[in-house]
Order: sequence, then structure tokens, then C-alpha cells
Amino acid sequence: MVSIDIAGACVDFPIFDAKSRSLKKAVLGKAGGRIGTESKVPIIEALRDINISLRKGDRVALVGHNGAGKSTLLRLMSGIYEPTRGRAAVHGKVAPVFDLAVGMDPEISGLDNILIRGLFLGMTKKQMEARVDDIAEFTELGDYLSMPLRTYSTGMRVRLALGVVTSIDPEILLLDEGIGAVDAEFLAKARDRLNELVERSGILVFASHSDEFLADLCDTAIWMDHGTVREHGPLREVLHHYKGRDVLAEMEAR
Amino acid sequence: MAVTVTEDGNRAEDARPLVDAAPGPRSWQRAFADLRQGWKQRTLWGYLGWQDIKQRYRRSVLGPLWISISMGVIATAMGILYAALFQEDLHSFLPYVATGLLIWNFISGCILEGSEVFIANEGLIRFLPAPLSLHVYRLVWRQTLFFLHNLVIWGLLMIIFPQPLDWSLLLAIPAFVLLVFNGGWISILSGIIATRFRDIPPIISSVTQLVFFMTPIVWSYERLLSNPAVAERARIAELNPAMHFVEILRQPLLGHDIVWRHWTIVGVITVIGWAAALVCLRNYRSRVAYWV
Repeated sequence: MVSIDIAGACVDFPIFDAKSRSLKKAVLGKAGGRIGTESKVPIIEALRDINISLRKGDRVALVGHNGAGKSTLLRLMSGIYEPTRGRAAVHGKVAPVFDLAVGMDPEISGLDNILIRGLFLGMTKKQMEARVDDIAEFTELGDYLSMPLRTYSTGMRVRLALGVVTSIDPEILLLDEGIGAVDAEFLAKARDRLNELVERSGILVFASHSDEFLADLCDTAIWMDHGTVREHGPLREVLHHYKGRDVLAEMEAR
Repeated sequence: MAVTVTEDGNRAEDARPLVDAAPGPRSWQRAFADLRQGWKQRTLWGYLGWQDIKQRYRRSVLGPLWISISMGVIATAMGILYAALFQEDLHSFLPYVATGLLIWNFISGCILEGSEVFIANEGLIRFLPAPLSLHVYRLVWRQTLFFLHNLVIWGLLMIIFPQPLDWSLLLAIPAFVLLVFNGGWISILSGIIATRFRDIPPIISSVTQLVFFMTPIVWSYERLLSNPAVAERARIAELNPAMHFVEILRQPLLGHDIVWRHWTIVGVITVIGWAAALVCLRNYRSRVAYWV
């Protein structure tokens, strides 16, 4: 069963500076008594008391200002961060698409990078080999795929990463924005594939500032504000409250 | 504005038992699941480990053969130098130093890279969900590949300077398996601690350097024992755990008599080490992503 259940979850980041991170303070602190060592590690509360429950078929948009906790929430859902307090239970094969550059090795060929990224996303070697032709066709990279990744332009790298991501069959798809740096023609193509991918996946959570993309892919929305869920409901309502105007209606009017 | 949890209340109620039934972040279940899932992804770390090696020698003509060549050069030079210094017979001392060195290379590689294993993989840990053990398996696998490359040197030396090898050579296999197991716990334990306390890697690297000279690699333990002037002090070397690790593998590889005391000590260390690593993994596994 594909599901995401988060109950009363908090994510607190300890901020270690050079001093508090060293052993010196921990060791000397104990020996030297209380003076000056009482100050605890400062903590950033990235998420506070999150309660979310998602089931198969949910298409959720994540909206909110920068630093509102959208990316942290996505990483909580992917299992990278386990909640400091509260619980998060995620069932299903998660495919996170956060930073397209991570896990890409500039020294090895595009094909090898496709394979490694695919394996990281939970595919098997065989499955990836079967998809290579499809990815090659979609990315339009052709013979470039056997070249080392460092010879690629930024746009070509994004194509490659998108090609891999959209070729897999995830049960839970977590998308963070950052699908820029691609030319418009390719983006239109990527959009079709993204739509197909979303249809294949059980749950979609998509953090973006692009209303058009959100309207395309999502039907519900979560509004994050200062690390808490401010509103969770139908996309139209949440976007209306968040932006202060009915964005979807404006889009339809155009 | 009110906080709405879900569109309908029923769903939220359905969810409760599921959430509560899940094991907490600090549970044995999750720690073992991490090790198990990491093992399942062996295609991935197997591939990454190979890439690490190929990467280092990319665009060089001889490629990974350089591992064997540089090892051969160092081992030969040190063997000749220390054989002269200690007035040993080159025929037996050169293979002795070379074999000791290649075993030491595996041990020190696991220790040194182990303390950096999570720090070095910061990007992957923060952006791609994967079991922590994946990075540990990758590291130990990479060190194993290095060791196998270096083993070529041992093979060559056995041809040039034949040693009294016999069936006990087969013991080299379980001995190396034990070394691999120990590489695992050491990476987990020192990796987690070093991620939290960044002073640990430099401490570990200087201690490792010191241990190299305290381990009978370029000098012979038996030789010191036979010298009454230093025999008492030489016994201190027994306290050095690295000595026992080197001995269990070196003795079969050189056809020396097997001393079972070393095996017992290594066995005990393996058990204690894994117990400590598992406790650490259980308690701090979920914190590593916050610390890197």
C-alpha cells in the first residue's frame, strides 16, 4: 500500500559552529565545570508539529515562501530526515527529485550516470538498461551519452537528469523546483513526460513557485508557513488564500 | 486561518495505527533494516566502488595497474632498506615486509576512510535517501579491490622468493573475511562519531600513523623477542590490536606457523567492535543526516 503518514513531526537542526562541533568543548566542558559551557547547541526548528496523511492518487502542491520548510518537508517524506519528535511512516518506493546535480559524476559517461542515478532511485540494472534507448531518444543527446559528463552544458545535464527521473516507475514522486535551465521546446516535451510520470506514480508532492506547473499536475495543496502547515485543501482554495487572489481563475481567463 | 489536516476526518483516523506501529528512529529493527537494505543494493555500491578505483586512474595508460605498481615499488624499497637496517636475510624479509604492507594498507584504508565515510558522502546523504550502510559497503568493497590489486605483488614475490607455503594458505581466506568484517564496524563507528565531532578524523589519522610503526610490519616481532635486551619491551606490541590483524593473514600467506592466539584476539575484537557499532548505529543512525 502506498501511503505517507506524518503525525506530530518536528525537524530541528542543530547548528554546530566550529566550537560546539569539536570534541574540545565536550571533553573540556565536562572537566571545567559549568562556566561558559552551559550554552547548548542552537537549534533551528525547520518543521513544527506536522500532521499530514496522503494516500494513493493524491497530487499535492507544496506552496510557501522561501524558507517556509517546503524542501525540508519533502526530505522528511523521502526519509532522508527522520523526525526529531513525532512520527513519519512512508510506505512505497520513493523517487525524490531535489537537486539534479547530486549523485552525478562529472568524470564518467552520461550512460554510466544514467545507470547510477537509476540504481539510487531504486531501479535494477536490468530495468535501467532496458530504458537507456528511451532516455537517449528523449534527451536528444545521442552519441554524447558516451562522453564524460563534464563535457556537457548545464542544459544538457538537466536533460539527462530529467530523462532518468521521468523514465522510472516510482510509487511516491517528490519533486522540488529547480527544473530550469532547459530550453522552452524541451520543457514542453518534459512536461508531457512529467504528466505521464505523475499518472504512473501513486502519490505526487510537488514544491514549486510556478502556478502553471502546479495547476497542471496537482489537485490539492499544502501551504507551508514558518515550518508549519498553514492550510491543506483543494489547490484552488489554498492558492487563492496564499496569493490573495484566485490564480487559477486568472489562468483560465487567459 | 485554520489548520486542516486532511480533507476528511476518516483518513486521519485510518492513519493513526499505522504511524504508531512504525518502529521509532532509535530501534534495533531500523538499525538492522539499514544494514539489510544496504546489502540489497549491492549492484549500486559494487558499481560505485569500481568507479572509485577507475576514477583514480582515469586517462592514465596503465590504469588500476598503477595500484599494484606503486605498491610493488614501495614494498621493494622498504624491504631492501629495513632488511639492511636490521641485518635480515633479504630472501625472507622482502616478502615479509611486502605482505605486511599490503595487509596494513587494507587496515589503514578502512580506518582512515572510515572516519570520513559520511562526511565525504554529504551530498548523497542529504539529497538521496539511501541506507547509511550503503556508503560503508562501498568503502570496504573499494578497499577490498585495492587489496586484490596489491595481491599481485605478493604473487610475484612468491615466484621470485619461494616461501614454504602449504595447505594453511587456505586460512588466508577466512582471515581476510575477518578483516573485511572489522573494516565494516570500524567505518560505521568512527564514521558516525567523526560526523558529529569533526576533530576525530585528524586524531585518527595521526594515531594510525603511529600504530604503523608499533605494528611488526617493517620489523620482526620474533627477532626482537630473541634479543634479551629488548624482549620485555617487545611484548608491549601484543597490546596493539593491529598486530593480531596483520598476523592472522600474514602467517598463512608466508607459510609461517599459525599462532591461534591471534585468531582468538581478532575474534573477540570483531564481536566487541560490532556490538559497539550496532549500538552507535541504533542510537545515531537517524542523526547522521542532520550532522553532515
